[in-house]
Amino acid sequence: MMDGSAAPRVLTRKPVFPFTAIVGQEEMKLALLLAAVEPMMGGVLALGDRGTGKSTAVRALAQLLPDMAVIAGCKYNCDPGVGCAMGCGCAGTTFVPVPVIDLPLGASEDRLVGALDLERALTRGEKAFEPGLLARAHRGFLYIDEVNLLEDHLVDLLLDVAASGENVVEREGISLRHPARFVLIGSGNPEEGELRPQLLDRFGLAVELRTPQDIPTRVEVVRRRDSFDRDSAGFMARFAAQEVAQREAIIAARALLPDVETPDEVLTQAATLCQALGTDGLRGELTLLRAARALTALEGRAEISLADLRRVALPALRHRLRRNPLDDASSSSRVERAVSETLP
Amino acid sequence: MSIEAALLCAVDPVGLGGVALRAPPGPERDAWLAGFRALLGDTPWRRIPPDLSDNRLLGGLDLTATLALGRPVAEAGVLAAVDGGVLVIAMAERMAASTAARIAGVIDAREVTVAREGVALHVPTRFCTILLDEGIEADEIAPAALLDRLAFHAQPMALPPPESLHAARALLPSVTVPDAILDALVAAAAALGIASPRAVLLTLAAARAAAALDGDTQVDEDHAARATRLVLGPRATIAPPAEELQEESPPPPETPPDETPPDDEDAPMPSPAQLQELLLAAAAANLPPDLLDRARIQALAARTAGGRGDAARAPAKRGRPIGARPGEPRGDARLAVLDTLRAAAPWQALRARPPGARIALRREDFRIRRFRRRNETTAIFAVDASGSAALNRLAEAKGAVELLLAEAYVRRDRVALIGFRGTTAEVLLPPTQALARAKRGLAGLPGGGTTPLASGIDAAAALALSERRAGRAALVILLTDGRGNIARDGGQGHARATTDALDAARQLRAAGTPIILLDTAPRPQAAARALAEAAGAVYLPMPMADAARMSRAASAAAARLR
Repeated sequence: MMDGSAAPRVLTRKPVFPFTAIVGQEEMKLALLLAAVEPMMGGVLALGDRGTGKSTAVRALAQLLPDMAVIAGCKYNCDPGVGCAMGCGCAGTTFVPVPVIDLPLGASEDRLVGALDLERALTRGEKAFEPGLLARAHRGFLYIDEVNLLEDHLVDLLLDVAASGENVVEREGISLRHPARFVLIGSGNPEEGELRPQLLDRFGLAVELRTPQDIPTRVEVVRRRDSFDRDSAGFMARFAAQEVAQREAIIAARALLPDVETPDEVLTQAATLCQALGTDGLRGELTLLRAARALTALEGRAEISLADLRRVALPALRHRLRRNPLDDASSSSRVERAVSETLP
Repeated sequence: MSIEAALLCAVDPVGLGGVALRAPPGPERDAWLAGFRALLGDTPWRRIPPDLSDNRLLGGLDLTATLALGRPVAEAGVLAAVDGGVLVIAMAERMAASTAARIAGVIDAREVTVAREGVALHVPTRFCTILLDEGIEADEIAPAALLDRLAFHAQPMALPPPESLHAARALLPSVTVPDAILDALVAAAAALGIASPRAVLLTLAAARAAAALDGDTQVDEDHAARATRLVLGPRATIAPPAEELQEESPPPPETPPDETPPDDEDAPMPSPAQLQELLLAAAAANLPPDLLDRARIQALAARTAGGRGDAARAPAKRGRPIGARPGEPRGDARLAVLDTLRAAAPWQALRARPPGARIALRREDFRIRRFRRRNETTAIFAVDASGSAALNRLAEAKGAVELLLAEAYVRRDRVALIGFRGTTAEVLLPPTQALARAKRGLAGLPGGGTTPLASGIDAAAALALSERRAGRAALVILLTDGRGNIARDGGQGHARATTDALDAARQLRAAGTPIILLDTAPRPQAAARALAEAAGAVYLPMPMADAARMSRAASAAAARLR
């Protein structure tokens, strides 16, 4: 039995496998970087075999991200440039690591949305709101491992908040709303259960992970993991310079992003591609453009090219296709076919 | 094998993850567990059932203490309490994927993260896991997410008296692995069809433990071979390609053929090819018994995944209760009284109680029961009843259907039988659970004549569709040699019949129906293989198709759909 104050504890940072040390899995790494550059893109879903490093990459990204400015002491991670949305009277600016909040399996609804502060309720008989994981994830990332095993009622709740950017709490006599804009990152093994199409569509990019097939890559995966496990400090030091360079690339890309130009031809081609694939709604086109823009910024260029579009088409669109029972080709090959047919 | 597994695991309990013991309960298992406990010495030891609640597993609010003290008191679950010790999971084959995922997450993160019931805490924990897998059928198996993280999969046997492992444990951190061995291990894993990099990392850890046990500071090829036999062997999905391996398969843990003679102390490392051959031979001594069928069935499972998934996708109204969730007890929902009281309890001091009331319940306290819905499965046998071999084939198919029916009687699954001969296909046995009726229907099944293969497949497809409309998963088991000679319209001719059959097979595939094709010809037929490919079927050549093997294959595949 232990004393559990309801406030999250400050963690001593555990060693985390460096992002730049991950071997292969280029599609997933790129998708995560794009999400870091452009939070509006709508997050990343990583589906793949066991042991392909899905969780490792997400945790590695957390360590890579530059700190963000928040109002000192604000429980909702409010931006000092905008002011506290909750008017909780806090002031001053501090810098904190961008939150990458883990939604543990078995989390209950009250911890996710927030609930009456038990401590104050029991000891002082006061009604006070204790923000949940959604508040802590505001302006950061919410990571759900095994997203396909998440309970349905939590999935529904998450979808609602992710769509509106706002968490509405109506429970235990508390009624309030607070901003909760976060990048949703999900990972899972499709063999253990499928994801509902509504949830699939909420993710901006979907990447598929496979175990690398060639022996040298597999050797390198094992070698790096093994040396990290045996001497994490030394291993992290080896990649420190690359980590700094990657972080600076993200910062530069964020600064460049608003100025990236979108030529009309790119707009037209994005629309043509989505039409050829018959994706529902405009979400596909928007994501396609945002991802291409983020990619352009990440590579320090000023104008989106058709090549950028081509590179992000697969992750941006493969999870938005209607299943066609007469065409048993995988979604990925359908997107690839459409790209080669429509993009000049 | 389990003796060595226990020793290695006791040298590095956390690094090796643990041991999955697949065996019925009995004296050997008890003796193994007692022996392993003695090896580890005085460490926490917790045994849990497969369906432990999140509260007990991860932790949550300690209701008694909270009420007594008037402030929230968190309670750590089993996974936190077992830090530094051994977690024993009984009846692991019955553990739900979602429970296994929670445990796997804690193993990976090396800490328990609780976010439930107003409690948020992180507790570091590292432990060794013993899975007691009592499954009998091929599909009754401990969750893959956990098996993947435990180095050893073995059968228990009594362990020798404990020895001191202090020296080995002290030596372990300084044991190194030559690059050549690491390369060979990765290549061996690839050759055995093992995808997960975790398997190789666990083999490395086992080889290090083996070296430490021997008092060596460097892993040599013997340590690597022993680790390979224990860790990679049982995970193989492809039999090692070598020719001579078939001959030397008898299980006694033979030492690899070209083991270094005792006199050459600093013999040069064998060539990469030799090294890999040695590792594969070591793995071959410990392959899973049903390797071939298992690999095929896993392929089918991968394709039809999603049908299975986890419990309670859509809210079920009956079935096995699996906990409670917030909601109002109206309509079909059933009130979970205890959970509701539990939810209301902490707030009692705060809430104004209505006059005369013992307890103040609010709307948000209500909890309703959640149920796990069972997926019913219908196995549709489509049997080629034409030609001379028909009599034998039919007899075996009848036997398989009867065996499946006996099983279905227990599982409440259904079986149907379609026969095709002459110019038409006929549903001889509509989907049924009734053993007696099925036997009657089977008795009168005639054989002989031409082969309307396409019509047979069409009939199976139609039946599968109607079963799916009724909310049941369908599985088609096609028994044929793949050589039709009657087209869909009843016309004669081998070429047209083949085109029609392939077309029918493709339609069956497009409908997403999982199919097993049992090739009943005396030797495997190209035509049957092509048909299986077009249908996306699992192809099992069964020249001697005996009823027992047929029903085993079908029920294993059916279990994946459940």
